[in-house]
Amino acid sequence: MNAKTQTILWVAQRASAAVLALCVVVHLATMIYAVRGGLTAAEVLARTQGNPWWFGFYTVFVLAVSLHAPIGLRAIFLEWLRWRGASRDIAAAAFGLLLLWMGMRAVLGVFR
Amino acid sequence: MSAAVGKWAALVHRVSGILLSLFLPLHFYTLGSALHGPAAFEAQLAWTQQPLVKLGEWGIVLLLAAHLGGGLRVLALEFLPWRDWQKGLAAAAAAGAVAIGLAFALAL
Repeated sequence: MNAKTQTILWVAQRASAAVLALCVVVHLATMIYAVRGGLTAAEVLARTQGNPWWFGFYTVFVLAVSLHAPIGLRAIFLEWLRWRGASRDIAAAAFGLLLLWMGMRAVLGVFR
Repeated sequence: MSAAVGKWAALVHRVSGILLSLFLPLHFYTLGSALHGPAAFEAQLAWTQQPLVKLGEWGIVLLLAAHLGGGLRVLALEFLPWRDWQKGLAAAAAAGAVAIGLAFALAL
């Protein structure tokens, strides 16, 4: 992998981290509020169904984590497993796509 | 900030990142069940009411708080013109506050 691609991955990792820092704070606050008195499907859906703001928020959240997690795992693969080459990139990209697919499925599930 | 602290912070950041990555597909799977209607979603949530699952959720929340704190530390180290000990202190304070606050709130 060339230096330019490395730089792009580094920037993507930091930029997604900054987005995620905001998303995680909102997510934690929502969770603390939501779990009080027990978590029910009706409560969650009442908050999210048909709400474009939550839909936008969770879409951004999923996009950011689908970039952030595979880039981080890819670095750990190299550091801890000495895993190099194209197979490492493909595994990381596949995991990112899995998160994107499952994450957007979840967002749609609670929105529609 | 000593090198040992930095080493521990990096280790916690990696381990919490790996565990959160493993948790996410499960989390998305549970939420995605809502596509099959509120009853299917409710059934998934009922499963999460078991004491051991709740304990696991609490652990995930702590991991998320730790990863957030560690990530803010990394961003501060790389982008802010602060001295090392200030960065470590700031991140430790932020992570500690978030973790304690969450532990308290979730215990309510």
